[in-house]
Amino acid sequence: MKKISLNNSYKAVVIGGSAGSFQGVVKILAQLPKGFPLPIIMCLHRLKHVRNGFVEALSIKSVVQVTEPHDKENIKKGSVYLAPANYHMSVELGHSFALSTEEMVNNSRPAIDITLSSCAFVYKEKLVGILLSGANKDGALGMKHIHDRNGLTIVQEPTECMIDTMPKAALAATEIDYVMKVDQIVEFLKELDKQYR
Amino acid sequence: MLDIDIADLKRISEFIYQKYHYDFRNYAMSSFKRRVLRIMELKKLSVEGLLKKLNDSPPFINEFLDELTVNVTEMFRDPSFWRVMREEILPAIMLNHKQFKIWHAGCSSGEEVLSMCIMLKEMGVLHDVTMIATDLDVNILERAKAATYPIKNMELNEKNYIRFQGTKSFKDYYQEENGMAVFNKDLLMNVSFRRHDLVVGDIFNKFDLILCRNVMIYFNQTLQNEVLKKFHESLFKYGYLAIGSKESLIWCDYANRFIVVNNEEKIYKKIKD
Repeated sequence: MKKISLNNSYKAVVIGGSAGSFQGVVKILAQLPKGFPLPIIMCLHRLKHVRNGFVEALSIKSVVQVTEPHDKENIKKGSVYLAPANYHMSVELGHSFALSTEEMVNNSRPAIDITLSSCAFVYKEKLVGILLSGANKDGALGMKHIHDRNGLTIVQEPTECMIDTMPKAALAATEIDYVMKVDQIVEFLKELDKQYR
Repeated sequence: MLDIDIADLKRISEFIYQKYHYDFRNYAMSSFKRRVLRIMELKKLSVEGLLKKLNDSPPFINEFLDELTVNVTEMFRDPSFWRVMREEILPAIMLNHKQFKIWHAGCSSGEEVLSMCIMLKEMGVLHDVTMIATDLDVNILERAKAATYPIKNMELNEKNYIRFQGTKSFKDYYQEENGMAVFNKDLLMNVSFRRHDLVVGDIFNKFDLILCRNVMIYFNQTLQNEVLKKFHESLFKYGYLAIGSKESLIWCDYANRFIVVNNEEKIYKKIKD
């Protein structure tokens, strides 16, 4: 694990997760520093036909209310977004969301690869990508795209994951900057926050 | 790894517009890029190869359109939307009109059309409705007319139908033949399928209800504006427009000519000419 000197040039944090990631996401959102300056864009695997309930569950302990964006909605600093059920979620060059009902990718819609890759394309080296616990390889290619465009990559420590397939697939697919437990990810985000104060 | 930059995407859409008059120049960039990359991968073509093929082989354009347009739909997608249609919107239309007209704009392979027909049949009003279903892709219209879908899709469709709380057994509506679900053609008796391009096509009729769910998400805001104008013109006053649950019209110029009837299901009503 290499040491990266953090700075305040980052523009967004993107998080992918699947089976076993819910608790980790809740913890990250609960311990997020107040006024965290970057948008947090999350794509978590979820039931396709259940539209309601997920953002509410994630918001209970979160410092910031989580929202599911509408198509074309502008991305705001400090907001936390979740990909809505049964839509893929991408980011456009003008920093707005684009939703789509295209084919499932890695058996998933929303697919983490789509969100991560589009963020990598738009934010390039100004992106932090975090991949948590999960039972398939969705997100591995997206993490590779983030790394290839010089973004910072973090995966959850596989031994801490309920299911480690996803972070392991990312580790196999590309160079990952940090392998961290959820608590360390929280500390990392706090450290990142300090760069903007 | 295959990638394509914005300049090349613009070259491709400009070329297609000049040669074939299909206008993708105002499509949303992220999905347009994925669709074009998908075709390049499928056909093992570079950007130059793709342009050459589009130039040299006119029949290829149909194949290109078929792959480019997103044709993933399901029956009774968002069952709560269909319940609102059945319990609120259609009864409101029927209060004033014994007979009425519906336009399915961007109908793709026809799953929503068929869902509508099943619902109207269960309401006992299928005979009173004239439906026009349009898409720019001729191949997909043929699939919609055939009303025949892989049997493996029926599990999801049936789940949606049960959540919609249909009055029959979903299986009553189709026969299984060689791994395909063949729907009863009588359901489509009042539907006419037509090729129509929302982007360059003209207004062709007036409707009481327009369904265009998850179609305009592939357009940029400039194009959404233009298409909403066309929908506005194609609706009778107090007619309804339904879009996808995560779409929004609030930033369109014509938004103030509509009111939101149901925000959760994104159903709008035209209140001003």
